[in-house]
Amino acid sequence: MSTGTNPSAGSKHVRPLSPFMMYRWQYTMALSILTRITGIALSFGLLLLVYWLVAAASGADAYAKAHAFFASPVIIAALVLFSFSFFYHLMNGARHLVWDAGYGFEKSTARKSGWVAFLGAIALTVFFWFLVFSSRGAV
Amino acid sequence: MSLRSPMGRVLGLGTAKGGSHHWWMQRVTSVALLFLTLWFVAALLRLGEFDYALVTGWIGKPVNAVLLSLLIGTSTYHSQLGVQVVVEDYVVAKLLKTVVMMLLTFVHVALAALGIFAVLRIAFGAAA
Repeated sequence: MSTGTNPSAGSKHVRPLSPFMMYRWQYTMALSILTRITGIALSFGLLLLVYWLVAAASGADAYAKAHAFFASPVIIAALVLFSFSFFYHLMNGARHLVWDAGYGFEKSTARKSGWVAFLGAIALTVFFWFLVFSSRGAV
Repeated sequence: MSLRSPMGRVLGLGTAKGGSHHWWMQRVTSVALLFLTLWFVAALLRLGEFDYALVTGWIGKPVNAVLLSLLIGTSTYHSQLGVQVVVEDYVVAKLLKTVVMMLLTFVHVALAALGIFAVLRIAFGAAA
């Protein structure tokens, strides 16, 4: 199944290799590392959440500043990425919980659920921002 | 001084029952966050223009204040558990690893304290 090369191939004793050194690239790997990347992104996102709450607790002036900050195009772009990170981490997290319960390990199932997590996260992100902008009359 | 080896002394005593704590708490917090975050996202969509009065009024409602506090506490805990694994995987030098991990713990606890205090301040009417 592997197309990678084992450095000990051809020698008298062929040593086993840790899987990550052997496996050819598969998109399920990208899905896996994306869970970690989005998780780290969401850790930074907590800074924004707490800033928003602290601003709201600090009075109308501080909140107005935060409101302007969150309305800037760069921050809105960041929020779009944070929202995708959230939905992806949520979807793939649920996928992991199903695995933890002992289901969905079949190779074809695991690949399908990977696509569901990824495309589902994109769909949820688009849907979320559609609702945000449509509720403000911008769409 | 005992001549028994460290292994000999612990054999048969069973495990310390602590090995799966990190893994298990990550699952517990993730299931809790499944509900808390979806509630929060749905709530955000109903805050419209995010006016100051509307937002503080919403945060100040008892149910929202409690759920928000739980959201902040659970998400910072979950984040702490997650970044711990990242640091363990990628930061090799032992001293640096310890220092980075300690700093990240401080940041997470500080974030949790700030966030929950902000929510309670609004809920108990001390804000503005």
